[in-house]
Amino acid sequence: MRLEPRTQVPLALAIAAPAGAIALALLLAAIPLIWAEVSVFEAYGLIFKGALGSRFAITETLARATPLIFTGLAAAVAFRAKLWNIGAEGQLYLGALAAAAVGTGAVAMPTFAMIPLVLVVGALAGALLMLIPTLLKLRLGVDEVVTTLLLNFVVLLFVSMMIEGPMKDPMGMGWPQSEPIVDEATLPKLVARTRVHAGLILAILAGIAVWVMTQRSVWGFEARAVGASPAAARFAGMPVPRVMIRVGLISGALAGLAGVGEVAGLKGYLTLDLSPGFGYSGIVVAMLAQLNALAVIVAAMFVAVVFVGADFMSRAIGVSNYLANLVVATSLLTMLLASLATRYRLRWH
Amino acid sequence: MSETREPEDIVLRLRGITKRFGALLANDAIDLELRRGAILALLGENGAGKTTLMNILFGHYLADEGEVLIADPGGTLSPLRGGSPSAALEAGVGMVHQHFTLADNLSAFENILLGTQSLARPWLDRRSARHKLDQLMEGSGLSVDLDAAVGMLSVGERQRVEILKALYRGARILILDEPTAVLTPQEAERLFETLSRLVEQGLSIVFISHKLAEVMAVSQRVVVLRAGKVVADLATDETNAANLAETMVGRAIPKTVRTAMAPGEEILNLNKVCVAGAHGRLALSDASLILRQHEILGIAGVSGNGQVALSNLICGLQAPESGSVILHGQAIELGSPSGMVAAGIGRIPEDRLHDGVVGDMNVWENLALEDYLTPAFSRTGFMRRGAARAHARRSIEDFDVRCPGPEAATRLLSGGNVQKLILARVLTRGPNVILANQPSRGLDIGAVTEGHRRLLDARARGAGIVLISEDLDELLTLSDRVAVLHRGRMSPAMATEEVTIRQLGLMMAGHGTERTAHDAA
Repeated sequence: MRLEPRTQVPLALAIAAPAGAIALALLLAAIPLIWAEVSVFEAYGLIFKGALGSRFAITETLARATPLIFTGLAAAVAFRAKLWNIGAEGQLYLGALAAAAVGTGAVAMPTFAMIPLVLVVGALAGALLMLIPTLLKLRLGVDEVVTTLLLNFVVLLFVSMMIEGPMKDPMGMGWPQSEPIVDEATLPKLVARTRVHAGLILAILAGIAVWVMTQRSVWGFEARAVGASPAAARFAGMPVPRVMIRVGLISGALAGLAGVGEVAGLKGYLTLDLSPGFGYSGIVVAMLAQLNALAVIVAAMFVAVVFVGADFMSRAIGVSNYLANLVVATSLLTMLLASLATRYRLRWH
Repeated sequence: MSETREPEDIVLRLRGITKRFGALLANDAIDLELRRGAILALLGENGAGKTTLMNILFGHYLADEGEVLIADPGGTLSPLRGGSPSAALEAGVGMVHQHFTLADNLSAFENILLGTQSLARPWLDRRSARHKLDQLMEGSGLSVDLDAAVGMLSVGERQRVEILKALYRGARILILDEPTAVLTPQEAERLFETLSRLVEQGLSIVFISHKLAEVMAVSQRVVVLRAGKVVADLATDETNAANLAETMVGRAIPKTVRTAMAPGEEILNLNKVCVAGAHGRLALSDASLILRQHEILGIAGVSGNGQVALSNLICGLQAPESGSVILHGQAIELGSPSGMVAAGIGRIPEDRLHDGVVGDMNVWENLALEDYLTPAFSRTGFMRRGAARAHARRSIEDFDVRCPGPEAATRLLSGGNVQKLILARVLTRGPNVILANQPSRGLDIGAVTEGHRRLLDARARGAGIVLISEDLDELLTLSDRVAVLHRGRMSPAMATEEVTIRQLGLMMAGHGTERTAHDAA
């Protein structure tokens, strides 16, 4: 048995491979379900029902997908240029902190300008945070995997300090949380009395914009060249450091927007449990989407379905919702197999 | 002569080897025989199937059809289990790749031992290995300082380590892939002496090369591959270089002829330029050259004597420490690739896959790589994909780049076609100064002749060309003047008609006119 490279990928295979990967992941995740002596069909049926089975379920899933699209895009943009931004979690929190700082009434602006203000400030905060590891990498050769990862903890402690201190809500019954975002700065709900908010529209638009930028623009051309071959890009005369800085800023801004969406669209105030690891899940989303910005939207929806559905299943039959992590992680591995299958042909002898 | 020997002298027989990659038939029913104590030359253009065939023999690939038979020490032929390098090694096949597979930080001795001893044993059996190697070195005349780190050895010495490694593993059949590509003429001469000594001792050799003179000098038989088929299997003394060249390409080769041309005005002037190298040393010290229109200036030298620094300087990858670079009578911005492109310098890099193209991007994207910011390729921040593709289609046609189209992934192109792509990118801009660094390395005769014709056309158009090459034949064919680099010092340029290969070889080794100047410094 050996692998031979394919020169062309049939369209049917390009579609069947990811679908097969997810099916295989569900099959593998069924093993612990059988072990736990529950019906596999019932468990998966409940996941499906919990994520997509009602209007409310669907809005919950969409609400969960919103930050995942942003952080998935943040990872996809950076990874495409081989800038390993593992710090979307920190950028998300700093974006949320910045949004809370200007969105809780501290800055007085005309009503129509409040939402753009929190968006811009949050994106800027994420971008500037990502600038630090990018510059360290370019100037001193410091590995950005380490710096972006460790900055996550720095930011979390900083946020903790702020919401325990200067930004603490005096009406918060002593809980460590910021003051609530004022109505003018709150992202409108898409469906009344649910949690799905306008951030979803922004996230999808961002996905389309990132795709257009990557595939059609001069910036994308430069970023893809620098990512695929820094030596050839430099030889051809591309400003490699400038391209890296630009990619870092865009990546950080996207992660920052994830934070703005959560604080100004969903939660309404800043706490330390704003994100259950959306920054890290974004990496999984980007890898599942094979760094394609449009596929990031689909992959984020899939991950959201699994997480929201697993919570529902867990409440119904008492299987730990940790199964969601298992399904997502397994599908990442099977997706690697699928990408191998699209790039190579398997031959038996 | 070997071909008069008895058939049982055959040590290797390939029978009906066929290998397909998708629609491509890389090897088509290839038959081949190698006799004991003979050197068989395997000749063919890039993509003719030489490497595929040797990879099948060495077990990297599995043939779709056919079999490989290898004689055991007793002379009995038995089939080799395909797809397993370890089976090939065990059967006595050794391979020396064009790009050496040695660990720089280990000593020559450790490199040779690497992989030969059981991992289950906690220590290396150094003493008996040392003894065996000493005997091997004495018998073959391959002398190497076994205790030196491979990183400190010259290219010729590294090659000897590779050959010793194969012999140490008990190779009775040695495959050498383009073994002289990296050697000076003197080193190549020495290699040939070693090889003739080895075959006298019963070793059998498959010698892959595209240099016809070498093939004529060193082999007893020549097998010529073209488009995956054996098109000729001849005794070397029954053929000649011109005949072989035609057989290999399948048509008559136009001989590259450089017509005399009066040089025009001076366009590039380097004056006492110093360029930094590794470890705080100067890779290029006080190098001066003058390049005029209608002129090709050849730079000879063993690799690692300052070619990289000279190339980096002219490509804009490195700024000089001191000295001046004048283009058209004006100082230019140095150390900036885009500055050099803007100044009208065409650059053909040494490592075309690493520096020349982005393998994961399309052909049209690579053709736009230097000019993507010009209005021809982009507008208001967006790529003009239609215009860029149309430009690519024209370039593909004008330069005969063999590829499915502008959308083809560049990494799927053969080396010769990648070089044509780079030539297209460089030459369609009509540069005044061209730097060509090893423009023919690893290319087949067809692609080499084509590249030479393009460079000579550019010269006729009025460009001045700095040609850095380790291939002295190429330098002497194309250059109007030749200078030699040795340890970062450049000799004065000499008219090509007034120098011989031997003289250049001596200067490359440091025994030339530069010696006194170097010692005085």
